Amino acid sequence: MRINFRALVLALAGASLLVVALPCGAFDIESMPTPEMQARYDGLTHELRCMQCQNQSIADSPVGLAEDLRRDVREQIIAGKSDAEIRDSMVARYGNVILFRPPFNPSTAWVWVLPFLLLLVGVIVAVRIVRQRTALVASDDSVIESEDVPR
Amino acid sequence: MSRFLIPAAIFLALAGVLYVAVVHSPNKSTMQSALLGKPVPEFNLPVLGRPGMTVSKAQLSGRPWVLNVWGTWCVACREEHAALLEIARQNALPLVGLSWKDEDDLALDWLKQLGNPYSVVAVDHDGRTAIEFGVYGAPETFFIDADGRVQYRHVGPMTPEVWEREFLARVPRGGLP
Repeated sequence: MRINFRALVLALAGASLLVVALPCGAFDIESMPTPEMQARYDGLTHELRCMQCQNQSIADSPVGLAEDLRRDVREQIIAGKSDAEIRDSMVARYGNVILFRPPFNPSTAWVWVLPFLLLLVGVIVAVRIVRQRTALVASDDSVIESEDVPR
Repeated sequence: MSRFLIPAAIFLALAGVLYVAVVHSPNKSTMQSALLGKPVPEFNLPVLGRPGMTVSKAQLSGRPWVLNVWGTWCVACREEHAALLEIARQNALPLVGLSWKDEDDLALDWLKQLGNPYSVVAVDHDGRTAIEFGVYGAPETFFIDADGRVQYRHVGPMTPEVWEREFLARVPRGGLP
C-alpha cells in the first residue's frame, strides 16, 4: 500500500511536469517531409541564435523573426542546401553572432584558446603548490606535537 | 616578491581581456551589419499604396540611397518619425521605406496621420527581404552607396546627429550625380 502511494505521487509529479513543460515547445512546430530532414532542421534551428532575444535559439523563440528564420532554414533544406551552406548563408546576413558555436578563425581564436590556456595556468599553479608542500613535508623532521601522542 | 608578481600579472592580464570583451561585446546598438561593403541583396517588392507597382534593387542603383526598416507595431519607429520627416525635407538622399511584416492599411494610415518622409515604401509582408538585409529589429536604417553596396547600418531610432555623422558624411563631395 505504501509503495502504491509512492508510485501515485511520482506519477502525479511527472504528469504535472508534463503539463508545465508542454506549452513551452507548443508554438508552430514545423514538420519536415522526411525524418532525415527533420533531424537536420531540429539541429540547425537549435544552433542558430535568435537575434532579437540573443540568448535563445531560433527553435526556442516565439518572436516573428525567429519564425521567419525557421522558415528560411526549412526552405533551404528542402531546396537541397547542405548544413554548411545554410550556416554560411545565415552568417553572411547576420554575422558570426548568429552561431552559438562560433567558427575557428583569427578573430575568434581567443574564444576557443583562452579557456584551455587558463586551465593550463591553473594546472601549473596547482602542481607547483603541491610540489612545494610535498618538499616542505619531506624536509620537515620536527616532531608532531599532539595531546594524543605521548612524548 | 615574485610570488605575488606572477599572480598579479595574470590577474591584470585576465582583467584586461575581460574588460575589452565586455566593452566590445555585441550590443544591439553597436552591432555592425554583416553586409558592410557587400552588395545589397536582390529584391523586387510591391509599392505601398500603389497597387500593381513594384520597386527593385535595380531601379534604385546608380546613386546613394537610404533604406529605413519600419512597422506600425514598432514603438521606436514612432519615436524616430519626426527626425525622418526633417531628413526628408533636406532632400539630400532618397529615403526608401521597408514596411516590415505589417498590414498595408495600418501603414498607410500611419503615413497619412504622421506625414510621409519616404520617396517610396517597399512592402515586405513575410519578412523575406528583411532577413536578406540581416534585419533583427525595427527601426534599422541602411546607407547604400552609388555602387549598390551597404556602407552603414544604424540600429534604433534615427536622430539628426546620427544622420549628419553617419549618413550625410558618406555622400560623395560634389553632390549627387
